[in-house]
Amino acid sequence: MAEPLLSVRDLVVEFPTRRGTLRALDRVSFDIAEGEVLGMVGESGAGKSITGAAIIGLIEPPGRIAGGEIRLRGERVDNLRPEAMRRIRGRRIGMVFQDPLTSLNPLYTVAEQITETIRTHLSVSEKEARERAIALLDQVGIPAARRRIDDYPHHFSGGMRQRVVIALALAAEPELVIADEPTTALDVSVQAQIIDVMKEICASRGAAVMLITHDMGVIAETADRVAVLYAGRLAEIGPVRDVVQAAEHPYTSGLMGSIPTLTQTADRLTQIPGAMPRLNAIPTGCAFNPRCPKVFDRCRTERPEPQPRPGGRQVACHLYSAEAAAGATHG
Amino acid sequence: MAEPLIEVEGLSRYFDISKPWLNRVLEREGKSWLTAVSDVSFTINRGETFALVGESGSGKSTIAKMIVGLLEPSAGEIRFDGRPMTGTSGATMRSLRRRFQMIFQDPFASLNPRWHVGDIIAEPMRTFGMARGGETRREVGRLLDLVGLSAADAGRFPHEFSGGQRQRIAIARALSSRPEFIVCDEPTSALDVSVQAQILNLMRDLQDEFDLTYLFISHDLSVVRHMANRIGVLYLGRLAEVADGKRLFTEPRHPYSRMLLDAVPDLEMSGRRRKRVEGEIPNPIDPPSGCTFHPRCPLANDRCKREEPRPMDSGTGGAVACFAVEEGRG
Repeated sequence: MAEPLLSVRDLVVEFPTRRGTLRALDRVSFDIAEGEVLGMVGESGAGKSITGAAIIGLIEPPGRIAGGEIRLRGERVDNLRPEAMRRIRGRRIGMVFQDPLTSLNPLYTVAEQITETIRTHLSVSEKEARERAIALLDQVGIPAARRRIDDYPHHFSGGMRQRVVIALALAAEPELVIADEPTTALDVSVQAQIIDVMKEICASRGAAVMLITHDMGVIAETADRVAVLYAGRLAEIGPVRDVVQAAEHPYTSGLMGSIPTLTQTADRLTQIPGAMPRLNAIPTGCAFNPRCPKVFDRCRTERPEPQPRPGGRQVACHLYSAEAAAGATHG
Repeated sequence: MAEPLIEVEGLSRYFDISKPWLNRVLEREGKSWLTAVSDVSFTINRGETFALVGESGSGKSTIAKMIVGLLEPSAGEIRFDGRPMTGTSGATMRSLRRRFQMIFQDPFASLNPRWHVGDIIAEPMRTFGMARGGETRREVGRLLDLVGLSAADAGRFPHEFSGGQRQRIAIARALSSRPEFIVCDEPTSALDVSVQAQILNLMRDLQDEFDLTYLFISHDLSVVRHMANRIGVLYLGRLAEVADGKRLFTEPRHPYSRMLLDAVPDLEMSGRRRKRVEGEIPNPIDPPSGCTFHPRCPLANDRCKREEPRPMDSGTGGAVACFAVEEGRG
């Protein structure tokens, strides 16, 4: 099997506080293959954004990576010195954040911001960089890119700004783009456009994408595989169609049932009782056990590890580890 | 027979966004106005959920605020149970006020952080003189129970609760004056999906129990489909289409409704190929001529650029404001 583009192993992120250390991410492992779109879903506080931040080395101190490793094409990037990480960030890993206004500098024109990024990472002339910037803007669907490139961010609408941010993320031709809720601040009709643009431009440049969102619909339309996080742990990961249509982890299936859709007929939505635990009160055993409809004794004492399942899926649930154990003794 | 509870007729709201007087004089500019809501009419029947959907700037929240009296309409009339609410004041308005309430989007902003939950919930009762002393406490306990919290929570502060629990508190407060009509302005947009499901289910249960009428405002079509009996689709402050809840999703008539539906991410992964969404919402300060949707509309012709379409009866209990539909071009 080919080496994955990004490999995350047993990643632990901790935030020390006065009242003890909070574990925001607890032994999370996953891979992203070259050119693949991996969706990362979960509710607020599940650790989606922290995962993204850890990969690009932007965990805010005092938070820190307390364990595990992150490899980009086999080379460790979680323990790099800041200046070495800076060369990777932007050049090899691009970023798109939720709010386009915070990722663009209001005092510089779009041209200045994109050409600066291009020239920081690639050795090209000013003129060449500008031409590339225009081509990029054109590709992300900014009408009359040659004329608009000298405008300031506030001249663009929300959707257009997010296109500029995508162009900026791709300016140095990264291998991986981390998009953290790229469409959450946008209206549905604009969201659809931005998803299309992201998919197209990343595919055409062969960039892999880690798409962080709380919106299962966006994942279903965009991702190849999806990872479901719950309370800082990986609940389930697998091909998007399998996970969306036949979730195996009780949390994933509860989550899917709670989403109203355009075709469902049920009068009531499935609801998961309670709420995700706070980081300082994660139950022992499986983090989901107090809310789980299928809970049994083992779930309350022992944390389930992700188990490989047919079809390249992994599920961290004792329902399946029991089965796996039984299979092993019989086989 | 459906009995109308809320009747909205020709409702408009303009905002003065002119520069200061001196600038206008020096720069020789006139006043400028933003039309947030333009000539909107609809009826909400007793016991039903009427939803308004639209993207940002479509005027949903402005309409909600006018209905509950937080904003004065610039033109048009709102009638509650047959009585006009515009221009009404004093005791009449006070007795009407008790009968409707509002739930806001952000439960972090809508609850006073310095008040105990019990006082927050009791405020409407006290304001309308509906309960006193021990009776209030009992009633607050009952309401907390009703929304899935416990009577003991009355002594806590809002910051001790999660987003979903706060929205439950906001619902308890809305129910405390025993209203008939509740305006819900994006009540679940700030919540996670699993919590959203809890709140939506709760709202439906309460509706059945107390025979409530809802005006439900949302940008999320799937949520609206789940909640509403009838739906109004807003575009740039105008009603594009009013339709029966399910029918809007099976037979959307207005090109904008169709575009909105096409834009919803497909969770079923049916492989549905959607049409590309064209363009963005124009600036409401300087809206396009004629039908404001014409620059994005695949069916637009010259008439659409000149004339503004009026809502026409769609023959299925709804109304559509579109020349293409009217002329059978769509």
